[in-house]
Amino acid sequence: MIKTILDIGFLIAAISFINGLRRLSTPATARKGNLIAGAGMILAIIIAIIYPLGDEGSGNYPWIIGGIAIGSLIGWVAAKKVQMTAMPQLVSIFNGLGGACAVLLAVLEMLKSSADNKIGIAISVFTLLVGAISFTGSILAYLKLDGKVKDKHVILPGHTYVNIAFLIASIVIAVLYVLNPSSTMLIVLIVISLVYGFSFVAPIGGADMPVVISLLNSLTGISAATAGFIYNNQIMIIGGILVGASGTILTVLMCNAMNRSLLNVIIGGFGSSGG
Amino acid sequence: MEQITQFVAANLIYIYLIAFTVLLGFEVISKVPTVLHTPLMSGANAISGVVIIGAIILIRSSESDDYVSLIFGTLGIVLAMINVVGGFAVTDRMLEMFKKKKKAQS
Repeated sequence: MIKTILDIGFLIAAISFINGLRRLSTPATARKGNLIAGAGMILAIIIAIIYPLGDEGSGNYPWIIGGIAIGSLIGWVAAKKVQMTAMPQLVSIFNGLGGACAVLLAVLEMLKSSADNKIGIAISVFTLLVGAISFTGSILAYLKLDGKVKDKHVILPGHTYVNIAFLIASIVIAVLYVLNPSSTMLIVLIVISLVYGFSFVAPIGGADMPVVISLLNSLTGISAATAGFIYNNQIMIIGGILVGASGTILTVLMCNAMNRSLLNVIIGGFGSSGG
Repeated sequence: MEQITQFVAANLIYIYLIAFTVLLGFEVISKVPTVLHTPLMSGANAISGVVIIGAIILIRSSESDDYVSLIFGTLGIVLAMINVVGGFAVTDRMLEMFKKKKKAQS
């Protein structure tokens, strides 16, 4: 009975996300849309806290409440204090933190799951890879937008090839880990996906930064969705995929608005040469 | 291979859900005007903080002496909650600014 009511609550939260996003894309209703999506998130979090999980997990609430309180405080203060001009880099940092959370969840799950559960491990590995790229990529995007890192300091000669090599290497290691999990491979996988995130954003220049933040945002959404598979949770899957899909389209729209192709942006170089 | 078919069979309803949500995600924002690109990105970013649900479930289903899960799970909650609260708050500020600008122009 209570479970069904709470499941309907999750459904309402999912509808709020969709409705909020739709309103966010029209100027007259944008602010209300943001509030609706935020209300949906609060509802989802409350339900996640009270949802019955069976016999286990009665306690541990101080950890949850403490974490929520600290996170809310930091997020609220950061959002209120930031200069208007520094908002894009703040969004980038926030996005990176979401990715970092997905990484933590994936790693904790990988430490727990048995080596036979190949699908489960593959899902965690995917979550880890995508979340890690989004995490370090967003941090570098923040540093670049904030002027703390100059483009010329982080671009290697032939950077496109470096990135392709990283991509292939991380896929190979991911597959090896799924076939034969070990803690050494896990560390290698974590390190290479974090480094790849940096390397992925490194060649992308200043003017293209909003596009890449939007792209990283959709990656965070995708890793949130695959993390939803780990916990068998619909709202994570819907919310994550929704952000993943709309983030991808938004990325393409942003490219179109600048008369650039997404491939051009990712290969990079152009945006920075002008300035 | 067998594991994959089993997984697909067990999660078919989720796979339907993903397919429809992808189409919905495309459709819902396809007509966004250029001025709203950044606020929309920021709002969507706040929604991706939904990953916090996973961290909450993780902590709730952990033993109360499993400190690795508790500490890293709490860290996950803190990080995702910054994303959620900060994301929605900063989007609201952007849109507020947008409104003022519009008023000043007219």
